[in-house]
Amino acid sequence: MVGGLFIIITSQNYLKKVVGLAIFQTAVFVFFVSLAKVLDGTAPILTKMANAYSNPLPHVLILTAIVVGVATSALGLALVLQIYKNYETIEEKEIESLELKSDK
Amino acid sequence: MNFLLINFFLISLLLVTTFFIFKTTSLISVVALTGAFTLLCSAIYVNLDAVDVAFTEAAVGSGISTILMVMAAAKLPEGKKNKLLNLFPSIILAVAISLILIIIIANLPLLGDPNAPIHLHVVPEYLKESKDFFHIPNVVTNILASYRGFDTLGETIVIFTAGLGVIALLTSNTLNRKTNFKKNKKNER
Repeated sequence: MVGGLFIIITSQNYLKKVVGLAIFQTAVFVFFVSLAKVLDGTAPILTKMANAYSNPLPHVLILTAIVVGVATSALGLALVLQIYKNYETIEEKEIESLELKSDK
Repeated sequence: MNFLLINFFLISLLLVTTFFIFKTTSLISVVALTGAFTLLCSAIYVNLDAVDVAFTEAAVGSGISTILMVMAAAKLPEGKKNKLLNLFPSIILAVAISLILIIIIANLPLLGDPNAPIHLHVVPEYLKESKDFFHIPNVVTNILASYRGFDTLGETIVIFTAGLGVIALLTSNTLNRKTNFKKNKKNER
């Protein structure tokens, strides 16, 4: 999770920043699902054989969150494409210098 | 014991993948590594008994989002080897956050403890009642579609809005920055 944050802050490439955001999210998802685990339990599908199930509630939350996460990263990618169309680069420093130049 | 070993192995693989995503500059390999990352995550979910989540992660996270990223990376130029931004403050931030998280994790109930507070409220009733109510053995489906149906409705609205935003962003040619900037560039030449 911290790795994802690190990538977001340090890398200059905007596509890599989007990837860092996705990694950050996925780490949080893994944490949530690990809370739901019950030792010796099985997946929460009711059968006669099993006597303990994992907690289904975090699973539902994460199902929703995964799909929303993909939607956000799609939006981020569209933004990156639009930035590339306008500036012809997606590196942060280059865009900054172009901005400074166009202000003068 | 086996379960913990597999989990440890998969999570260390995740860390290695994250490190290489951080290292590589070529965009298409970053995208491929992200696909591998999400696939590893779905393996972890299977190990943690979250079968439905693993399905979704493999299909949506690792399938659709990788396709989207490949499509974006095909239009973008190759990544350049640039200097890292704000290296020193981000190292401090990362170390501080991981210390805080470790302190918090020490206070959490143990992994797989059946008496943790999360397992005692609401959920036993869901597990007991849902089969009589809906006649579907999969409790996750029951909660997703019935008990927490409004959540799912909200999710659909979010996706719809995101889709609208993507379409609006990709089709708009009227953003004024473009015209200004292109004009400037032509004048320079």
